[in-house]
Amino acid sequence: MPVFSYLAYPVQGAKEELFNDLSALDYCEAMQAENKEVLILVTDTPDEKTEKALQKQLKTLKSLQSLGMTFGHTDQ
Amino acid sequence: MDITRRAFIKTAAAQSAVAAAAVLFPGISFGAWKNLDTSSGGIEWKKAPCRFCGTGCGLLVGVSLDRAVAVKGDPNCSVNKGLCCVKGYHSIQILYGNDRYRKALVRKNGELVETPIQEALDLVAEKMKETIKDHGKDAVSIYGSGQWSIPDGYAASKLFKGCIGTNNVEANARLCMASAVTGFMTSFGLDEPMGCYDDIDHADVFVTWGNNMAEMHPVLFSRMLANRKTKTHVKIIDFATRTTRTSQAADKSIIFSPQTDLAVANAICHEIIRNKWVNEDFVEKHVSFRKGKTNIGYGTEDHFKFTDKEETADFREYKAFLQDYTPEKVEKISGVPAKDIKYMAALYGDPDKKVTSFWCMGMNQHTRGTWINNLVYNIHLLVGKISTPGNSPFSLTGQPSACGTVREVGTLTHKLPHGVVANETARKLAAEIWQVPVENIDPKPSYHTVEMFRALDRGDIRFMWIQVTNPMVTMPNLKRYRKGAQKQGRFIVLSEIYPTPTSDIADVILPSALWVEREGFFGNSERRTQHNEQMVPPPGDAMCNTWQLIEVARRLGYEKQFPWIREAYIEDIWNEYIQFHDNPKHRMASYKELKARSGVQWPFVDGMETKWRFNPEYDPAAKGDGFDFYGKPDHKARIWIRPYEPAAEFPDNEYPLWLNTGRILEHWHTGSMTRRVPILHKSAPASYVEINPDDAGALGVTNGSRVKVSSRRGSVVMTASINGRGLPPKGMVFVPFFDENHLINEVTLDAFCPISKQPDYKKCAVRLERA
Repeated sequence: MPVFSYLAYPVQGAKEELFNDLSALDYCEAMQAENKEVLILVTDTPDEKTEKALQKQLKTLKSLQSLGMTFGHTDQ
Repeated sequence: MDITRRAFIKTAAAQSAVAAAAVLFPGISFGAWKNLDTSSGGIEWKKAPCRFCGTGCGLLVGVSLDRAVAVKGDPNCSVNKGLCCVKGYHSIQILYGNDRYRKALVRKNGELVETPIQEALDLVAEKMKETIKDHGKDAVSIYGSGQWSIPDGYAASKLFKGCIGTNNVEANARLCMASAVTGFMTSFGLDEPMGCYDDIDHADVFVTWGNNMAEMHPVLFSRMLANRKTKTHVKIIDFATRTTRTSQAADKSIIFSPQTDLAVANAICHEIIRNKWVNEDFVEKHVSFRKGKTNIGYGTEDHFKFTDKEETADFREYKAFLQDYTPEKVEKISGVPAKDIKYMAALYGDPDKKVTSFWCMGMNQHTRGTWINNLVYNIHLLVGKISTPGNSPFSLTGQPSACGTVREVGTLTHKLPHGVVANETARKLAAEIWQVPVENIDPKPSYHTVEMFRALDRGDIRFMWIQVTNPMVTMPNLKRYRKGAQKQGRFIVLSEIYPTPTSDIADVILPSALWVEREGFFGNSERRTQHNEQMVPPPGDAMCNTWQLIEVARRLGYEKQFPWIREAYIEDIWNEYIQFHDNPKHRMASYKELKARSGVQWPFVDGMETKWRFNPEYDPAAKGDGFDFYGKPDHKARIWIRPYEPAAEFPDNEYPLWLNTGRILEHWHTGSMTRRVPILHKSAPASYVEINPDDAGALGVTNGSRVKVSSRRGSVVMTASINGRGLPPKGMVFVPFFDENHLINEVTLDAFCPISKQPDYKKCAVRLERA
């Protein structure tokens, strides 16, 4: 049951779009900074398989420039 | 609502991201944070000032089921704007060390034995009565701290000065900022900085005077770096005796020989005058000149007395005095190249640059601490760079309430909450508010901190109550004072949270409530008062220090002066205390206002905070055009003629190195709290001695080898650090004092500034040997 958190950097001018994209994904909670071009993403998936699938989905988001991991937890 | 393990992990994950974001983007704010917390389950966030350094960062403490479970920076607090340092982020863990004192302990046959707290309080009161009866009122004393909450210090002062009638009230802030106080009083007639942290956003140049802000005030240092990042012309000059993380981040690092900051400050003024950079109009209207005694001694002997004699001087005399301080002459004393002195003078002298000077222990822990404070004010006054945004001579404090509790409440021997004991009007005001006969308040100060411990050693003091501090690690020349405290016929009460070396000298230990386990107030370096509510219960019988004092006061018969009830005593004490400051120069915010806001700066007049004192544009107490230094009868600030004089002890053939001591980022003072936080302890598990590579090479010492550091007073064996986080120049070693297993204060000297009585922990002579 992995839990991760990231700083999510949008492509230029796409903070709102990235927030909507991340919020639409299962197992994701996103939070926008009010005054900076960055978001926080917390993912909470039930197993490794789902986690890998989510990682793939994240890589397809056009509004996302990069992710920087800030926390990681698995039950193993 | 209950919180599941999973929800807790998610909250921690989000918190880590917020912390990382705050480091990368100072001032970042996340409005949705609260919603996430709620969805993650049952954490209530409450505001509190950080209880470590004097910066006064606003924190939000996450509480769940009577336990503090998380902490983050408060984005609504203007001090830190959501940012914290590594100690702040781990601050709640200090509440939960395994060896917290939960029960009172009384020494019986040499052993500390658990005792019901009411019985222990009975014993404290009984011993105080007995000591006063047998040895007089001046045989009892209290020694507190800049970590005292404001009501603690207020209750202590009222009990000892107002009721018992002794001025034996001191606090460890004497060891960290007394020179700042006497500097302010002699130059301006009023204590505490005229500016505020907003100066950081406005200044073009920062000069750190012996002040490793990167480690000691990291959040303020981050604000400086943020300012420099957005404005490319901003410069940071680190003027210090060793290379530190601050030097590494600075645009220029200038190293001076210990004690010679006095000469360099005078040389800067010499250059300002020589180059005609003086703000003549400002000096003419707002400054007068003074001189005092010279060759004033070092206080190393018992019963040392000194009173300065203030004499009027003039600009002509001042200019003549400065002829001895040309950059070329001072280069020979200080080791600072004349061109660097001229460079600093040019920065201060440039009318288009706003300059803020920061300092803390480097200038205050100094046998001429008052003088060097005066001399830096001289520089700012000559060029008129003061009391306006970005132009600020700024003395930082080391403890969360050194200003709020020690300087404002006046928990020093000579002080009252308003004014000094020697002043009849101040005594009358205190007697009226405290409801005691005015004759109770002794007009004569008794012992400053070093002399108080000497009096304990001599037997002039027989009873000492120590709260929120650890003098058996922090007193200089420690061996003498430990032996003195352990002598027969001494009775020591200690209010503490964890076992420390001071526990070893205690006859009674009272378990204290810590930080958010009780309601209280701190006052930070920029005149900001900050309130915290009680958020979680203290463990076992642990009790708020204020309430401990109230319990004992009532046992001594002072029910009338200490009438408060448990449910409202902090608010009642606040309402009584602020009567002392009910004037436009120091009016403080109401309890209700403080409860609602992340701190309020005084003077707080008609709902407005005062950011820059002495400037009528910002300060309601200041009158007229320009500036009004209303702390002095003539409404003028003072430029002081103060010479360079050498340190009390300096290297010689037998002890050829300077010893400098101080703090590091990860540990708070003596480490009694931060060393119980696993991650902080792991990152800095033990103290060490920083040695210059040349000195290490000459001695055959390599990094990590064991070294004996010895002075005329004692020695300590520790690990060598070469090219570590700090780099002392050749001829100096540096040792942090956070580690009770390596008591460097057995080596230091108890010399002090004769005016402020603050000891100099930065300069004594030692030798190194391979161990």
